[in-house]
Amino acid sequence: MNIHEYQAKDVFAGYGIPVLPGKVATTPDEAARIAAELGGTVVVKAQVHTGGRGKAGGVKLASGPEEARRHAEAILALNIKGHPVRTVLIVPAAEIAKEYYLAVTLDRAAKRPVIIASASGGMDIEEVAHRTPEKIHRFHLDGPGTFRSYQARQVAAKIEPRRSVFPKMAAVLERLVEAYWATDASLVEINPLALTPGGDVLALDAKISIDDNAMYRQPRLAAFREDESEHARMAREMGLSYVPLEGTIGCVVNGAGLAMATMDLIKHYGGEPANFLDIGGSSNPEKVTTAMKIILADPEVKAILFNIFGGITRCDDVARGILLALDGLSIKVPVVVRLTGTNEEAAKAILAQAKAVESADTMDAAVKLVIARAGGPRA
Amino acid sequence: MSILVDEKTQVIVQGITGRDGSFHTQGMLEYGTKVVAGVTPGKGGSMVHGIPVHDSVAEARAATGANTSVIYVPAAYAADAIYEAIDAGVKLVVCISEGLPVNDMIEVYAAVERSSSRLIGPNCPGLISPGKAKVGILPGFIHQPGDVGVVSRSGTLTYQVVDLLTRAGIGQSTCIGIGGDPIIGTNFLDALEMFENDPQTKAVVMIGEIGGTDEQEAARFVKSSMTKPVVGFIAGRTAPPGKRMGHAGAIISGGGGTAQEKTEALNASGIPVARVPSDIPGLVLKVLGRG
Repeated sequence: MNIHEYQAKDVFAGYGIPVLPGKVATTPDEAARIAAELGGTVVVKAQVHTGGRGKAGGVKLASGPEEARRHAEAILALNIKGHPVRTVLIVPAAEIAKEYYLAVTLDRAAKRPVIIASASGGMDIEEVAHRTPEKIHRFHLDGPGTFRSYQARQVAAKIEPRRSVFPKMAAVLERLVEAYWATDASLVEINPLALTPGGDVLALDAKISIDDNAMYRQPRLAAFREDESEHARMAREMGLSYVPLEGTIGCVVNGAGLAMATMDLIKHYGGEPANFLDIGGSSNPEKVTTAMKIILADPEVKAILFNIFGGITRCDDVARGILLALDGLSIKVPVVVRLTGTNEEAAKAILAQAKAVESADTMDAAVKLVIARAGGPRA
Repeated sequence: MSILVDEKTQVIVQGITGRDGSFHTQGMLEYGTKVVAGVTPGKGGSMVHGIPVHDSVAEARAATGANTSVIYVPAAYAADAIYEAIDAGVKLVVCISEGLPVNDMIEVYAAVERSSSRLIGPNCPGLISPGKAKVGILPGFIHQPGDVGVVSRSGTLTYQVVDLLTRAGIGQSTCIGIGGDPIIGTNFLDALEMFENDPQTKAVVMIGEIGGTDEQEAARFVKSSMTKPVVGFIAGRTAPPGKRMGHAGAIISGGGGTAQEKTEALNASGIPVARVPSDIPGLVLKVLGRG
């Protein structure tokens, strides 16, 4: 789960990382009032769960309240990569002598977190890593509490050898590592970490991604959750894993791997999946009806495919859920079902009652049939 | 032969009194697996499906000598269950539980590395040596004894592939679901190495997915060190970057971990990659010279 910059800055500040005081606004008037309070030049920053805000016009400098109001109005009307901007952060503009990059993230191959530090801050770090890999410094961490102050100084000195600066940076790095462990993050990032002309270091941006599996023990961060839509919330509360896509074929599958393979097969045979949706292991009928509701809310959906391989999931449970959904919802699109595995025969008997449902015996046959029902393969 | 589990394997079920633990204990017993003890702290002395329950893994081991454990406890207790098993000297620990925080797994992984135990999972369906034993939640009835090893990051997709193999008359030596999390105890490379050393296994099917670089590392191993043919499949070709596809590990991030990269890495190591699951049996027969 990603949280907003202003939320991440609050979290960082709690660990002693220096940030500038700012406030969030949801209206242009509020933005103007905050700018007046802060005084001087301010930055108006879109708060969205995606990168590339600057390029999209979501970050603007304002010399006073009136300009802040105008920028806030424009930014609050933006949609950045599919994310509508609902909040802006207003912060004092900082004078910057130099910009650095600091982050901690999981290195899957190494099975532990890695610090990434660079003197090339303020830029797209992947771009820096690609073009000038020598400017990226890495340091792997063992478990919580194992990162020593002298190690922080060594890493900091690699990106800023000046004795007046690197100890301050090392202190920020130590706190960043502490925040990484304590928040169950999969990424904590400061880009840029700024050095001011006065010799202070400041986190001018902040990013935290939290491990979804750890949300149960991070109640403070869990409160920051913002579902992208009502349907995303319904899916999450029902324990469904759901990702909307652009196509026309709604998919209901048990298991993430099979769900991905189903999307791939739809595309392979010339169709376009409308979503990824994994109903998980034990599928009670309610999960199935919720899945149908979510999919049917997408006006682009022209047909629905169920691809269920019963292991723990019992096919007859899913069949009952499909019947319930057919009874309770007005379903005007064709439904193609492939159910195999545990209690397959019972499921087939149940579905024989449903005239609106077509069955297929194999995954390939089901996918080809649903593509035909959705209007045929793309030309 | 087969790898990791066979007819002699004696199994301890951690979390046996829970809903999942009890249900799948029955499934394992029905398959013929020698489940010899259960563990639920505070419920020692009771019985589940005729299996004695102990308060700790150490007690269960002392009473039975069992060397394998399977874990069905809620995510918040799963890391502790793994530590308990390895500290009790269990050689093979299979963690079915899903939802373990990555930070927990970082420390668990390091502890497993220091021990003489092997961990499979977490967030996995377990493993089966058809006709001999199953440890986990896989549906036994789709499997058939034979000479093809199967290793996969997913559950139901593995069932789909195994079902296709069985229907094509291709039996399996052992099928392992290694789990869909970013950090897992046994990865593709480990499983391939064991299959390479197993006389029963003549070929391996490796079912990967987007995210991480385990498939690429496995491909390098196949090229450098394997004599047996491997057939691959990668799920998630159409997954958008930055979106978690159900599994915590299935996410394309930082321009890495795409299905295309993985397919290219496999092909570069001489591993044919099926475009669709239904192509897998044909490729297996081909690499075995039975096509």
